[in-house]
Amino acid sequence: MGKSFLFILELMVIILNGKERSVNGQKTIAGLLEDLGQDAGRVVVEHNGRIVTGDGLKTARLQEGDVLEVVRLVGGG
Amino acid sequence: MDERMAKPLVIAGREIKSRLMMGTGKFSSPQVMAEALEASGAEIVTVALRRVEFGNPQDDIISQIDQQRYLLLPNTSGARDAQEAVRIARLARAASGWDWLKLEVTPEPNYLLPDPIETLKAAEILVKEGFVVLPYINADPVLAKRLQDAGCAAVMPLGSPIGSGRGIKTAEQIEIIVQQATVPVVVDAGLGLPSHVCQAFELGADAVLVNTAVAVAQDPVAMARSFRLAVESAAEAIAAGPMGQSGAASASSPLTGFLR
Repeated sequence: MGKSFLFILELMVIILNGKERSVNGQKTIAGLLEDLGQDAGRVVVEHNGRIVTGDGLKTARLQEGDVLEVVRLVGGG
Repeated sequence: MDERMAKPLVIAGREIKSRLMMGTGKFSSPQVMAEALEASGAEIVTVALRRVEFGNPQDDIISQIDQQRYLLLPNTSGARDAQEAVRIARLARAASGWDWLKLEVTPEPNYLLPDPIETLKAAEILVKEGFVVLPYINADPVLAKRLQDAGCAAVMPLGSPIGSGRGIKTAEQIEIIVQQATVPVVVDAGLGLPSHVCQAFELGADAVLVNTAVAVAQDPVAMARSFRLAVESAAEAIAAGPMGQSGAASASSPLTGFLR
């Protein structure tokens, strides 16, 4: 029985803003942003070097070892 | 009559309402920043791009900037080479929703002086990608010309190092840049006082960018207003036809009827 069950709960490690982070397998970027309390409209996401926007955030699933940058505009000169 | 400052500033075909551009860094709060922007009369305001710090809620500066009223000019601060600058530029375009960019490549941390070679490389790539590129540069007339020829929409020579408040230490170089420029010259960095802004316009600059001088003043809103007045003062003075300079004195009082 347990195999698919375990698969769903399986943790994987991604690099999020330069730091290792464990996330549940099969998570989308939109799902991760929600977990992180981030409004997708206020941040920009780079997934393995490619900018992902709009619906792409809902379809892009994270994989072990993915490199994710979540950035936003701040005050600057 | 020299009417150059009476005409509107035009960058990449767009009329800009104020010759004073404002940075949005280092303000004590988003509210103070918003009030200072209002007092400055600026239309173009610079912003930076940074990683979100999860679990450490930060002030949301951007929501305080009315984008119907202000034009965001994201910078590539933090970039140490052309590759990093291009990456930041693409993310900044996605974040700001348009393609205007203050290109800055500052690999060394002490003086934050821009790397001319990496800046030119990045500019060439970004212009091809459709960005409106305003590069931050040392006051190097040859580099300014190269960037102009590469399709940059303006050049932004420094007066002195970023945040130093030392004013314009590059006056003679800026004059040469102005003479040969076919794009607007925006004096950026080091402007600490309204008098520095006046000097920039007297040298022939088309616009200035100020951040730290306003943000760290005891009263940023009053300081922002004083910078706006400096731009107005310089514009009026230039239109009014300034006197020439001479080595010797020229008496202001009559040279006849002395009591002697």
